[in-house]
Amino acid sequence: MSGYLNSLVFGIYPYVALAVLVLGSIIRYDREPYTWRSGSSQLLRRKQLIWGSVLFHVGVLVIFAGHLVGLLTPIRVFDALGVSHGAKQLLAIIAGGIAGLMAIAGATLLVHRRLFDARVRAASSTTDTLIIILLWIQLFLGLSTIPASLSHLDGREMVKFMNWAQGIFTFNPEAASYVADTAAVFKLHLFLGLTILLLFPFTRLVHMLSVPVRYMWRPGYQVVRQRRRRAAGSRIAAE
Amino acid sequence: MKIRAQIGMVLNLDKCIGCHTCSVTCKNVWTNREGVEYAWFNNVETKPGVGFPKDWENQKKWNGGWVRKPNGKIEPKMGAKWRILAKIFANPDLPEIDDYYEPFDFDYGHLQTAGESRATPTARPRSMITGERMEKIEWGPNWEEILGGEFEKRSKDHNFEGVQKEIYGQFENTFMMYLPRLCEHCLNPTCAAACPSGAIYKREDDGIVLIDQEKCRGWRMCVSGCPYKKIYYNWNSGKSEKCIFCYPRIEAGHPTVCSETCVGRIRYLGVILYDADRISQAASTANEQDLYEEQLKIFLDPNDPAVIAQARKDGVPDTWLEAAKRSPVYRMAMDWKIAFPLHPEYRTLPMVWYIPPLSPLQSAAQAGKLGMDGPLPDVRSLRIPVRYLANLLTAGKEAPVVSALERMLAMRAYMRAKTIDGVIDPSIAAKVGMSGQMIEEMYHIMAIANYEDRFVIPTTHREVSEDAYDVRGSCGFSFGNGCSGGTSEGDLFGAKRRKVVNTPTDIFKELV
Repeated sequence: MSGYLNSLVFGIYPYVALAVLVLGSIIRYDREPYTWRSGSSQLLRRKQLIWGSVLFHVGVLVIFAGHLVGLLTPIRVFDALGVSHGAKQLLAIIAGGIAGLMAIAGATLLVHRRLFDARVRAASSTTDTLIIILLWIQLFLGLSTIPASLSHLDGREMVKFMNWAQGIFTFNPEAASYVADTAAVFKLHLFLGLTILLLFPFTRLVHMLSVPVRYMWRPGYQVVRQRRRRAAGSRIAAE
Repeated sequence: MKIRAQIGMVLNLDKCIGCHTCSVTCKNVWTNREGVEYAWFNNVETKPGVGFPKDWENQKKWNGGWVRKPNGKIEPKMGAKWRILAKIFANPDLPEIDDYYEPFDFDYGHLQTAGESRATPTARPRSMITGERMEKIEWGPNWEEILGGEFEKRSKDHNFEGVQKEIYGQFENTFMMYLPRLCEHCLNPTCAAACPSGAIYKREDDGIVLIDQEKCRGWRMCVSGCPYKKIYYNWNSGKSEKCIFCYPRIEAGHPTVCSETCVGRIRYLGVILYDADRISQAASTANEQDLYEEQLKIFLDPNDPAVIAQARKDGVPDTWLEAAKRSPVYRMAMDWKIAFPLHPEYRTLPMVWYIPPLSPLQSAAQAGKLGMDGPLPDVRSLRIPVRYLANLLTAGKEAPVVSALERMLAMRAYMRAKTIDGVIDPSIAAKVGMSGQMIEEMYHIMAIANYEDRFVIPTTHREVSEDAYDVRGSCGFSFGNGCSGGTSEGDLFGAKRRKVVNTPTDIFKELV
């Protein structure tokens, strides 16, 4: 890949994608709160959803946490903990592989359901269908990196991606060059990942920003709303 | 003591003729939209029957309502909070649309566009979800109308518990009644408790339970939490919707659409004052059969000066206190004890109550083989088994239902003696623990049922929360984004935001 293209895709595109992700999500949350939802189709068809959705979500959450910790934790931390690069890579391959298989099994069910169940298909928006297909491809690409990784178990390649990801977040202008000589399957995986971040605010993926964890410590069970009292004298007479 | 007011409803099932005007007018006003074609904020079921959605009373299947734990506290039957959250990816307690029915319409256009043919063209059904042709409609919102279908299936009705139901399958012993159902606007709603987003709330000043459409994320736990299955997931918008008790009308002092249009004049609306501090105590009563009486205990007497003083302190407006004194709901529930909550055993403390229906005497009784109790027939000789009504209204406790039915029979006997025979017979009233005057009042409200006696609805006091000057030219009631002005205080693009639209979200602030 030429240097120009490499710095465009891995040096500049990440910032475009992240900016759209952040701004797009804020604007949508503010302007279009009615569209902010998980978009469940369980009511229309329960079949395939129970297994599909649980496998997919659990798998993806594990992968997501793995990527977040694996890519963004400074290498010095692992060195200080005495975790060798090879061991970390092996952990990533095993844990990521299992979670990836779960997620892709789930995603396969969900894609099948979305494309071939008449009810679910009729109720799907274009982005609903697009995003689940993109996620399936992304999971497939992610799993396809395993054979490539197995050929070099010393963690050298993995450190390149860590440097790249951390370089992006620390505004290192050299970031793109770290991944310049990696295998094509990795590059595709990175590119599609960035594209999913770019599309995030325009799809149902926004529901992950509304994970209702506060429910766990919301006091009691009942929610009551009281009429807000108008501040006295808020209007100046004969203004 | 913390006094709150709620507009409660009573439905006099004795007068319901099952015309479905309430359902149809409600649908035309609120759920005539894509995504909620299958939803009926108000529906009328023929009982006995499995109802809508199918088998909704079977909480072993749907896990709606509350359960009392061994430690005396209650939690949603779906489980503790962490268990509810664990169901978020796929909710095993959620009905599928076929449990309601697949919404359909007919190819009416074909009637006009069909070419010449030997057979008359027909309008065949099409699914409102997929648009595809449906060969056979298997179920609908009122499939069991007037005992439609075989007894075998209808007898799955959960209210048959403890009733020798086999004999009611025989033609000469059969019985039926109508049960109009809407959201119960419970004092202890499980839907609100199960909502992970906190989007469902009860309004403090009139008790109406609403879903904040901007906060709802479509986790759909409320659909399972509600034991009455009166929350509907809008498959188009991805948000849940429910009966809103026509709050724009109630705020203006008008009855709900279902009440306004009821041709049988069976619906009553009025203020009930209750002690909000005792809700959880009442809802966690040990014995299910005591829940009805425990709920009565938290209703407060609007004529008690101590109650009035405390209510004023708690911010209940004077007009509401006046309306509470004339509330037909209070009189039926508290003074005459003829109205009952629907399935109190769900522990939600529902606020839409029902007067049980009288029914024709069994032929055996008419032939003189069953006892008459003086001028009154024995209520056990009525066609609808008392136990069936008790299972529906008092968790199976028969005494309160028997007493209510006797009072209604006494009202008839007393008024018949008065108007036909010209005899005023206070002994009839005394027999059921009432006075002649009470019976006359009961007759006036239940039988004459004038508009102003049925609906005693004080207008809302908006002036405490907003200035009407600011809402000139606003867009009024809307779905979703409140005319898309955004919800945050500041404006993203630098314009000075002057909010003119006040959605329920804006007017009410959350109290947790």
